[in-house]
Order: sequence, then C-alpha cells, then structure tokens
Amino acid sequence: MILNAFMLAFRQIRRNLLRAVLTMLGIIIGVGSVIVMISLGNGTTQMVKDQISSLGSNIIMVLPSRSFDPGGGSRSRRFTQREADAIKDRVHSLKAVSPLSSKSVVAKFAQYNTQTQATGITSDYFIVGGWEMAQGREFTDSEYRAGSNVCIIGESVSKALFKGASPLGAKIKVADMICDSVGVLKSKGQGGMGNDQDDVILFPLKTFQRGISPTKSLNNINMIMVSVEDGADSKDAGSQITNILRDMRNIKSGDRDTFEIMDTKEIQETVSSTTRMLTVFLGCIAGVSLLVGGIGIMNIMLVSVTERTKEIGTRLAVGALEKEVLLQFLIESITISSLGGLIGIFLSFFISMGMAKLMSVPFVYDVSIAVIAFIFSAFIGVFFGYLPAKRASQLNPIDALRHE
Amino acid sequence: MDFIKLRDIVKVYGSGESAFMALKGVNVDIEAGEFVALMGPSGSGKSTMANILGCLDVATSGKYYFNGVDVFSLSRNETALLRRHYIGFIFQGFNLLPRTTALENVELPLLYRGVPRKTRRAKSLEALDMVGLKGWADHTSAQLSGGQQQRVAIARAIASNPLFLLADEPTGNLDTKRSVEIMEILTALNRDMGITILMVTHEPDMAKYAGREIHFLDGNLAGAQ
Ligand SMILES: Nc1ncnc2c1ncn2[C@@H]1O[C@H](COP(=O)(O)OP(=O)(O)O)[C@@H](O)[C@H]1O
Ligand SMILES: [Mg+2]
Repeated sequence: MILNAFMLAFRQIRRNLLRAVLTMLGIIIGVGSVIVMISLGNGTTQMVKDQISSLGSNIIMVLPSRSFDPGGGSRSRRFTQREADAIKDRVHSLKAVSPLSSKSVVAKFAQYNTQTQATGITSDYFIVGGWEMAQGREFTDSEYRAGSNVCIIGESVSKALFKGASPLGAKIKVADMICDSVGVLKSKGQGGMGNDQDDVILFPLKTFQRGISPTKSLNNINMIMVSVEDGADSKDAGSQITNILRDMRNIKSGDRDTFEIMDTKEIQETVSSTTRMLTVFLGCIAGVSLLVGGIGIMNIMLVSVTERTKEIGTRLAVGALEKEVLLQFLIESITISSLGGLIGIFLSFFISMGMAKLMSVPFVYDVSIAVIAFIFSAFIGVFFGYLPAKRASQLNPIDALRHE
Repeated sequence: MDFIKLRDIVKVYGSGESAFMALKGVNVDIEAGEFVALMGPSGSGKSTMANILGCLDVATSGKYYFNGVDVFSLSRNETALLRRHYIGFIFQGFNLLPRTTALENVELPLLYRGVPRKTRRAKSLEALDMVGLKGWADHTSAQLSGGQQQRVAIARAIASNPLFLLADEPTGNLDTKRSVEIMEILTALNRDMGITILMVTHEPDMAKYAGREIHFLDGNLAGAQ
C-alpha cells in the first residue's frame, strides 16, 4: 500500500508539474530569502564586531568636552603633560597612558604628496593602539626626549609617497619640517567607523608640538588614550581619572566636567546593539517574504482544490480507501515541500556566500535559521496540500465528484 | 436469492425548509445477469438511484442488499472495498483523471486492487481493446473525443471484472452512431461475461438493448404511488 501510494504520488507530481514547480518556488523563495537575509545580517554584525575589537579592548579615551556653556564660552580644555603624568602615576590599574595630539597635514616626498593625519605620540601609543612595526623601528627614548625630526608612517602613506620603494631613511616633508622616516607600521585596515587606520604619520609628541602644531599653551595635548590592565574594571579606572582631572582643574562639585571619558567597551555595546537591531530588521523582512511565499503556496493549493476534490472523488469511486488517498497526498506534499526546501537551502548557501563577498562582509551561515525556515515552509506546503485532501476524502464519493 | 434488493429507499437532499425528497420509498429487485434499463423523465431520481446502487451515496432510509449483504450497515472502508471488488461505474460526465493517459485511467481500479504491474497492464490493454481503443492507450483525455473518453470510462469500469456495472446515461453526450457502439459493448459484456448491468437512460432507442425496463416517475417506480 505504501509503495502504491508513493507511485501514485509521483505520477501525480509528474502530471501536475506546473503546480508542483510553483509550490516549490514559493518554498524556495521563502526559505532562500530568510536564510540570505539572516546570514547577511549576521555577517554585518560580525564585521562590525571585528572592526571594533581591532580598536583594542579596555581602552579609555579622555577627550576635551564637546559641550558648551549656556553663556556661550567653550568649556573645552585640552590637556597638559602634567595631567597625563598624574593619571599615569595615580591610577594603578593602567597598562599604558598615551597622550597624543593630531592634525591634518600634507606629507611630501619627491614629486608625491598626500593628505594625512599627523599624530604626536609617546612610546605607550604602541601598547594602547596595539600597533606593530612592519619595517624599521620605533622611536628611541632619546628621540622622544629631544623631539628629534623623525617619523613613522602608516602603510597607506607609504604607498602614496613611495609606490613600493623602501621608505626607510627617506626625508619626508611635513608642514615646514623635514624628518627622517625610521619605520612603517603594520597595516590595520579599516577602522570601526570605516576610516583608514593606516593613513597616519607619527612623530614624537615633542616634535609634533614644536614643528607641526606649535603653541605656547601648556594645554597642548588633544587626547589621552589609556589602556586598562586585563581584568581591571574600566569603569572604575574612568572614575578615578575623572576625579584626578576635576581635582587638578579645580572644578567645584556640581559644575560640569571640562573633559569627556569614553570607554571602548561602551562603544562596543552600543554598536553591537545597533547591529543586533539590523539583524532583527532583516529578519522581519525575511519573515515577511517567508509569509508571502507561504501565501503563494496556499493559493496554488487552494486554486486546485476543485480539481483535486474531483480527483479524490474518482479515486474513491473506483474503490480507493480514505487512508490510501490521504497517504498519497501526504507523500506528494511532503515530497514537493522538502524538495523545494532543500533547493532553497542549497541556493541560499551560494547566494549568501556571493553577496557576502560582494558586500565584503564575512560569510556567516546560520544552520538553525535554515532549519527553522525549512520546517516552516514545509509545514505550510504539507498543511495546505493535505488539508483539502483530508476534507475531500471524507465526503461521499458522489459529493466529491460533484464539487464545484 | 435476489442479487440486488432495494427496500423502501428514501433519499432526501438538504434539510429543513429546502429539504427535497428525491426518492420516495423505492422497492426494486434485480437478478444476477440481468441487463436493466432505468428510464424516466429528467429529475425523476434516476441518477440518485444509480449512485445509491453503485455505493457512491447512501440513502436517507431503507435497506439495500447486495448479494445478501446489508450495504448500509457497512463501514466506509468496507463500502470502498465493495466498490473496489464488485462494482463498476460509468458516469455521464466520464470523470477521467485530467492529464492522465487512457491506460493509466483504466489501470486505476486495478492499482487499488493491488494487481501486479504486468497483469494490470495486460488487463487494461485488453479492456481498451474491447471497447475499440486499441492504439489509444497513451493518449490523455484532452487528446480523445467524447465518445473515446466514454469508452475509456467503460474500459475502466470493466477492467476489474465487476459483478455489477452501473452506467448513468453513458450515451447522453454522444451521437447516435457512437451510442449504438457503446450499447453493443454493454450488451456483449452482459451476454459474454455475465455482468449484471443497470443503465440509466431516457432514450427508448437505447433502452431496447436491455432485457428489462424500469420506469421512474417523480422519485418512484411509475405506478407505485
Ligand atoms: N445533490 C443534490 N442536492 C439537492 N438536490 C439534488 C441533488 N441531486 C439531485 N437533486 C434533485 O433530486 C432530483 C432527482 O435528481 P436526479 O436523480 O439527478 O434525477 P435524474 O437523474 O432522473 O434526472 C432532482 O429534482 C434534483 O434537482
Ligand atoms: Mg441524471
């Protein structure tokens, strides 16, 4: 009987190929779109996470305040070397404290020039930023102390100025200063905000303050980046820094800070909650297409109910048992639905892979989503293929035959 | 013992206000091997009667004995098996499966009987041969004329060697020449294979092929009121 039912089911599929194909199409589209959307959403999330973690974890950025007084005067104040030293001396959970200043400059070598970001640093910068050298060396202690005319360039600058030739020992002109290039940074690629992290030129902080951005003010540090020891609480370190700076700047309790503290952990959390929303959003779109696919399947099945009911009437009239008819229809619906589902999963695998490549996000294939989408569509296919058959097979043969 | 015995068969369609009594207490007996023509004007209940006899429908009340078996006391499955093994039905509207070849249509009842593939094929081809459709086995309904489709339906009904063959206006959609051919086939089946036949018709020309005529009027045998 089972063998018979299989044979009848396959005959029936072959005879109604168009209907079978349309049903499968609904399932393929439903399953496929869900899987593609979710895997792209996951890929994007993954990418953003990767980029943020390339920032380094457990980093605190101390920046001048961006807010303004109601009176109109800026409360923003840059930092002094004394403040940076105080943070380094008094907060014990810190691995490195890197005061730095930056300015957009044009760097020249031979006939080439490039717009880039000049940054004055101390040796802790390499620890905080997780930088390594690709060629050459870091600055020496005496170069930091003396403010020598030396520089280290990022990969993008190296490409722009040297076109593959070795930059070591070359004399690069930045602003009105000529400096010896002593090293090239190892590439870090794109940053969390889509910026090119390799488009930099580094100087000892003293060199920068003297040659690139000369100022008489003692507040000549743009930003202090701090790396917290592994396992230490960055929130706690942040509030210690706040206390030190408020104390040194004589800010009365109740008055607002003249600086801001940003924690990469917080940034990470914000960004990943945003990308999670993106995944949910894509998931919703995918859910809608699953539903549309489902409605398509339903329509095809319902449109053919009259014909199918008559067919069932004929089968019953020549002596088919109710359960034989049902088994045949069940096998037919399951075959069509699972075939459609498998094709959908198969196609979506390659489409997501291709699109991930196109959008240059990592390829993340979520098997559980594939399974859920498959089960959902197959359920719709089976349900709407089986239900009318169930109803028809319970009629008197003559009523099934008369069905209009 | 009578082969077919109907006692006080009542069939009511619908319920309440719209209830309609299509059969009003019919008593009919048919002997094995008879060829009976069921005649009567349109709407007199002939099809209703044939459907009940063919176990495609159940009566509202009354008794139906098929070869001594009380048909209305059988379960749905048992009734299906009765149709499967003993009854053939030829519909006025053919009721062939769409997009299906003549051969596959004829094979259908044999399939449910579990007849092995080879025998099934041979018997079906033989039945098609008998109704004059040799060489048409691989044509689907859409590729056949009305007369040919009706002959496929006859082949389907006789391929399983039924005891009882019901034909509801088998020539209703056919011209005279085709109708005579169908009548000759039915007569031959009755004469040569001993199949008991009840044929519904309103054409006296066709009824004369049968051995006996039953006349219906307004839901009962003419003159029964
Ligand atoms: N399914 C049905 N529902 C309601 N009334 C029906 C149904 N089938 C037949 N009838 C009615 O029963 C009567 C007898 O119908 P039928 O047996 O088809 O007559 P005949 O075949 O002699 O023309 C008709 O009046 C018809 O309208
Ligand atoms: Mg009729």
